Amino acid sequence: MAIGVLLKQVPDTTAKIGVSGGRVDESAVSKWSMSPYDEYALESALKLKESSGGDVVAITCGPARAGKMLTDAAAVGADTLMHVQIDGQDSIDSTQIQSVLVAALEKAGCEVVFCGKQAADTNGGSTGPGVAMLMGASCVSHVSEVSADAGGYTALRASSGGAERVHVSAPCVFAFDKGLEELRRPNVRGIMMAKKKVIETVSPEDLGVSMGESRVTVISHSPPPEKPPGQKFEGADSVATVVSKLRDEANVI
Amino acid sequence: MDVTVIADSTADGLTPVTAQLVGAAASIGGNTTVLCPGGVGAAEAASISSVSKVVSVEGDCFGTYEGGAWATALDSQATGDLVLAAASPRGRDIASSLAALRKIPVIQDATGLEAGLVVSRPIYSGKAMETSNVDGPCVITLRANAFDAAPDGGTADISTVNQTADMSLAVKEAIAKASERLDVTEADIIISGGRGMGEPSNFSHLNEIADMIGAAVGASRAAVDTWEEIPHSMQVGQTGKTVTPSLYIAVGISGAIQHLAGMKTSKYIVAINKDPDAPIFGVADYGIVATWEDALPALKTELAKL
Ligand SMILES: Cc1cc2nc3c(=O)[nH]c(=O)nc-3n(C[C@H](O)[C@H](O)[C@H](O)COP(=O)(O)OP(=O)(O)OC[C@H]3O[C@@H](n4cnc5c(N)ncnc54)[C@H](O)[C@@H]3O)c2cc1C
Ligand SMILES: Nc1ncnc2c1ncn2[C@@H]1O[C@H](COP(=O)(O)O)[C@@H](O)[C@H]1O
Repeated sequence: MAIGVLLKQVPDTTAKIGVSGGRVDESAVSKWSMSPYDEYALESALKLKESSGGDVVAITCGPARAGKMLTDAAAVGADTLMHVQIDGQDSIDSTQIQSVLVAALEKAGCEVVFCGKQAADTNGGSTGPGVAMLMGASCVSHVSEVSADAGGYTALRASSGGAERVHVSAPCVFAFDKGLEELRRPNVRGIMMAKKKVIETVSPEDLGVSMGESRVTVISHSPPPEKPPGQKFEGADSVATVVSKLRDEANVI
Repeated sequence: MDVTVIADSTADGLTPVTAQLVGAAASIGGNTTVLCPGGVGAAEAASISSVSKVVSVEGDCFGTYEGGAWATALDSQATGDLVLAAASPRGRDIASSLAALRKIPVIQDATGLEAGLVVSRPIYSGKAMETSNVDGPCVITLRANAFDAAPDGGTADISTVNQTADMSLAVKEAIAKASERLDVTEADIIISGGRGMGEPSNFSHLNEIADMIGAAVGASRAAVDTWEEIPHSMQVGQTGKTVTPSLYIAVGISGAIQHLAGMKTSKYIVAINKDPDAPIFGVADYGIVATWEDALPALKTELAKL
């Protein structure tokens, strides 16, 4: 059984994002990392493999630099690496990226897919449910744990009342929240093995996908709106002042 | 332009975002139909001004939450070229499923919307903004509190449609929340504690204040990771929840960039921290340099006077 994991390389959460000429300046990003929720998706896929067998196929769609992240995934145990190489990710819309990822998952024969609930760059949350819809699969979102059970899988998902254990059968997509488990770290042997691992690099055309035109055109990127500087007070005596400002200036209490 | 608004609701009725979705639709001259999944809040939706029609979509599938099934059931009624939903966990899920079903783009978490469809939204966890233009039909989710709500006073007709979809998911077990406290994503005021609270039992002070002002209690990741008693559902930030309340009070939280990513766009931010150089003061409208041991009792006293 092939277990698909969708991984996206994003600027590290600590990296500064600069804007120049109306576009985010990617060349100034100091460090690229696997998107945080994707780390939990990968961890959970590896756990599923350990308990019920299968091959973990790590798939990314992105520019050349994203290959390194696949090697990092191999270092903790991903078996097969597939890189759909494209440039200019910010100019493709949700339908385009989803059709590429679905074609990659089909090529790898994945009926069970793990992904992040939201990527740290787009902050979208569109891909998991979208990919599921296109695959004719069920999607469980905000998942923190998945295990195999009779006839399918049990996933723990957040709900308005707390949490729920839900059952689904393949094909299915699990969009991951922060998981309950500690993330594993690569050991030296894993890192050495990963360096030798071949990354299958393909283009959307190789997968038989014609990307078409994006229906969403980015006009510009800009720095976030500046907040006026705040007021700072010393000592607990100032609490009364702040409370009256919250009532009279800000009108929030 | 015909706009379909998918109402955002909990078991108790509509959330305030629904009127904001209608307000945003009205601001671009939309002719608005509101869909109420499972029929929740239909009467309430009809009383929002500038709604032309309310469709209560009722079907068995609405008994259990499954984004794909809900989107499939709503599809035939979502006749507008523009479909708006809330950027809540469910709203995003339904919006993405509906967009994929129709093979049209989805744009999440918009904070600005103009006719001709120009959409702006934060990206990279609020470290930059993106403004884009959409050509053709699309689904857009809107961030809570970013748009003015349409006022009350509507008298729209309500029609009821029976429409269900195949479910592929079954709930085996519901696990109740550790406490009956308000969730941070639903609250208009949030008071959060960090590692500076020292002990998880000290969160009782935050609970007490929260009860006085109808707030939810949140936490930093360090607090959630250090103390078992503080559940992940309380975590605010990059890998926790993104919140935009009217008031966010951060107590004993340093203000790491990943925490800021989840709360920086709150309307007003108060920080209580003993370290005058804590980065949280960089985003605070009102900063109080003090220990919580000193500041929280004073805060209780002042709030009791209101
Ligand atoms: C990939 C990634 C994702 C992350 N996601 C998140 C996230 O979603 N949310 C999040 O919060 N963090 C997140 N973090 C962690 C983040 O980097 C910080 O470690 C965390 O926010 C620190 O929490 P804190 O402010 O409670 O603790 P600390 O940094 O330890 O700060 C404690 C603060 O309390 C103050 N203090 C101490 N005693 C008192 C007292 N008696 N009275 C008043 N003040 C006092 C101190 O001056 C200090 O500023 C993430 C990190 C990574 C790498
Ligand atoms: N280009 C991509 N390559 C691989 N996985 C992706 C890509 N874009 C999104 N994903 C997956 O989908 C999740 C949600 O992304 P988004 O819809 O952009 O918020 C991410 O956390 C990834 O798991």
